[in-house]
Amino acid sequence: MTTSAIKDGDVSEDGEPTRRDFIHIFGAATAAAGAGAVLWPLVQQMNPDASVLALSTKEVDLSSVPVGQAIKVMWQGKPVFIRHRTATEIEEGEATPLSALKDPLARNANIGAKDEATDDDRVKASDGVVRPEWLILVGVCTHLGCIPLGTSAGENRGDYNGWFCPCHGSHYDIAGRIRKGPAPENLPVPPYQFVSDTVVKIG
Amino acid sequence: MSHVSNYKPSTGIEKWLDKRLPIVRFGADFMEFPTPKNLNYWWTFGAILAVCLVIQIITGIVLAMHYTPHVDMAFASVEHIMRDVNFGWLLRYVHANGASMFFLAVFIHMFRGLYYGSYKAPREVVWMLGVVIFLLMMATAFMGYVLPWGQMSYWGATVITNLFSAIPVVGESIRTLLWGGFSVDNPTLNRFFSLHYLLPFAIFGVVALHIWAFHTSGNNNPSGVEIKDVKKDAVPFHPYYTVKDGFAIVVFLILFAAFVFFNPNSLGHADNYIEANPLSTPAHIVPEWYFLPFYAMLRAITFDIGPIPAKLGGVITMFSSILILFVLPWLDTSKVRSMRYRPIAKLWFVLFVIACLALGFLGGKPAEGVYVMWAQIATAYYFAFFLIILPLLGILETPKPLPRSISESVLHKAPKLETSAAPGAPAAAE
Repeated sequence: MTTSAIKDGDVSEDGEPTRRDFIHIFGAATAAAGAGAVLWPLVQQMNPDASVLALSTKEVDLSSVPVGQAIKVMWQGKPVFIRHRTATEIEEGEATPLSALKDPLARNANIGAKDEATDDDRVKASDGVVRPEWLILVGVCTHLGCIPLGTSAGENRGDYNGWFCPCHGSHYDIAGRIRKGPAPENLPVPPYQFVSDTVVKIG
Repeated sequence: MSHVSNYKPSTGIEKWLDKRLPIVRFGADFMEFPTPKNLNYWWTFGAILAVCLVIQIITGIVLAMHYTPHVDMAFASVEHIMRDVNFGWLLRYVHANGASMFFLAVFIHMFRGLYYGSYKAPREVVWMLGVVIFLLMMATAFMGYVLPWGQMSYWGATVITNLFSAIPVVGESIRTLLWGGFSVDNPTLNRFFSLHYLLPFAIFGVVALHIWAFHTSGNNNPSGVEIKDVKKDAVPFHPYYTVKDGFAIVVFLILFAAFVFFNPNSLGHADNYIEANPLSTPAHIVPEWYFLPFYAMLRAITFDIGPIPAKLGGVITMFSSILILFVLPWLDTSKVRSMRYRPIAKLWFVLFVIACLALGFLGGKPAEGVYVMWAQIATAYYFAFFLIILPLLGILETPKPLPRSISESVLHKAPKLETSAAPGAPAAAE
């Protein structure tokens, strides 16, 4: 009696899936869904937590930065360069033809990914405001992540009067565009917007 | 274990235990394991590596009792270990130099496996488990180097985690997931500490599988010929190899102690005694010496390969240099294991060792000019050795005649010496 009962459960005579097949598939599927539900929080806990995300924007007071100087602030654990450019520096940036650039893209988080690296598009805020005297860049070399020199007074600003990365010799110009050396891209412009005449919000 | 157990429980308690948990039998069988009688000193590095792992785990557990995994306190707590903790300097120097000694031994162990064909059937699984151990070792060493939170720790972690951003589409998300933030920071340090503590025990587990695997296939040996007659070709592991391994371990520990007591910082980098500063990058970022060959391969790819940009190409090349070892047993087509009997392969092998050493040297040099070119040549040879030379040599090379047995390979020199040596000369040592 028992053997025939097992046989009935195992294989149906017409080759259709049996109740036992169903319970196997259903059991395995439930276990897989359960494993996924357990795995999700275990992986997700590694992503930035609420306290890290709370620091993802930063307001900076620009009133203390005189013309011709630059400051370094921390944003998301990375240095951000803010340079108060002189009129000659702006002219120099605008006069550079696109054909002289190694990376022709603006790399500005505030505008489209395909926009060209004109001086204007390097200083455009997320609301479209252009204030060419303020150049704001993420100060991480696009080659291997070193911090380029040139922000503090007296540092080597490279052959193009902007920034110079000491690790592998990348030269950036006065708009933070790569001109010479192994770095593949221009220094990225972070998302930012002017809250008032003297305060900028980064992030 | 693959051999017949000769263990006879003698005391009452052993008999009682043997029926419940045959752990004494396990140990006795392990010690009696029939081992080829011709193993040379290159074979002692397995035991040396076991000692290295135990030293790292013991010193590491003790160091963790004094270390603080927080960006504000990590650097200071390491200095606290060096200055205040009783024998803290000793524990830390043993642990730091122990990592270097571990890698020195594992490189020799791997080259030995390559030369004597220890990866060939039926030992593919032994070899592949070894590659898994090597990968785990690299991950553990990298994360351990981050813990002191010096400049090299921080910037090494930055450069290596940035490698993942080269992966198309998901790279940036993976990098953020590894960091737990938008740069290397406190969450990164915390998780690296947790994993640095965990992974050695994972290594311990895989080492157990590694040993189980070669206790199933049997040891390879310098002749590459399998044991045919256990009585003639093999000796029990104990006392023959416990003593030989023990002697090698002592010699190795002398070298280890020379570093710990006389040159404890010679293998490290001075910049790691400067606390991590996210706003300033050291002029030259170099990894620890044992990663230099791989670092050289990473930087050797300075050109785009079709649709693959140079940065991604470098990352692929570096990881492939280790992943290729997994398929080595199927790339080498020669039926002869030991390169003793492969006159042509032996020469290419010497060149391979030179290429690896050259990559190590070039990885420590700036990525400029002629260094890049040489790194490219050495990288090309590294891959050609596995992908072209070993597959072709199996077909093209005529190996020397193999000895009929291990016993013959050891004893064949004796009659030669008898005929050539003058009468009365001292008998050759065997």
